[in-house]
Amino acid sequence: MTPRRPVDTGDPDRLYTVTGGRSRVDDDSFDLVTLIVSECEPTAGMQSEHVRILELCRHPTAVVEVSAELRLPVTVVRILLGDLLATGRITARHPRAARSAELPDSALLKEVLLGLRNL
Amino acid sequence: MDSATSELPARTPLADAAETGLKIVIVGGFGVGKTTLVRSVSEIRPLNTEEVMTQAGIGVDETAGLTTKTTTTVAFDFGRISLNDRMVLYLFGAPGQERFWFLWDRLFSGTLGAVVLVDTRRMSESWYAIDRLEHHRTPFVVAVNRFDDDVSAFSLAEIRQALSLPDHVPLIDCDARVRSSGKSVLINLVDHLYELAMAREMTP
Repeated sequence: MTPRRPVDTGDPDRLYTVTGGRSRVDDDSFDLVTLIVSECEPTAGMQSEHVRILELCRHPTAVVEVSAELRLPVTVVRILLGDLLATGRITARHPRAARSAELPDSALLKEVLLGLRNL
Repeated sequence: MDSATSELPARTPLADAAETGLKIVIVGGFGVGKTTLVRSVSEIRPLNTEEVMTQAGIGVDETAGLTTKTTTTVAFDFGRISLNDRMVLYLFGAPGQERFWFLWDRLFSGTLGAVVLVDTRRMSESWYAIDRLEHHRTPFVVAVNRFDDDVSAFSLAEIRQALSLPDHVPLIDCDARVRSSGKSVLINLVDHLYELAMAREMTP
């Protein structure tokens, strides 16, 4: 495993610049395990973090993986993804079970069990 | 050898049909083997990231009498298991300390369930985690990581008593280094969740 390097390097300017000064998203539209898929190729002049996200997400990639790969806190990644989603450059596949007080149903769990037993 | 010593691949792409992400959280004190357990069952080398939250003076890292902005940073590891072409399970290894629970809803709402990993030499560290999971109404199992030098060898009954663990919460032994053992812990948890779901669905 790669040694743990802090994501938050104690340099607030860096995170401030990446998000254009925004520190929060209005909604919690991206769960840690929401899968992100690029809908276009990066274009010239695009912010470098947006470019990296579009490259990473050519195949479905969870928000938390984007965060780990970009070495940016999840909050910051949510803001960047919000930009891309608003302009139609990515799509988001939301988890069924998330953001709900409801516990998962037995049919879903049965599928999970099957998957684990087949490992 | 059925152990996690072989090197895992770096992050590999998911199947293009992947559409449903699922979460299971492994909670425990420092050095109890959370990352080891994640690594033993993950299809990728565990990755880590952080969540940072700035909050105006709420009782976290409380400085007596001062209402200043507080930044809470929680680091966590994660691994991944593709269950089939459509479903992918993410395993999060998370510290049990107080500031972590402050971010629980933000990070782990909608989680299927949790595994509390216990080291019998430091059982008191698990009390807080168990209390918090009950508070968040997150179903969980407790897995005792039997280290080689675990000479105390408490029985599961003794451990259940020490943790004041209710009878309905599954308690199992494991060796976090061994893939089949880690897999069995996850199956135990999902079996437990399945039984809870069935009981709920049978109730009109």
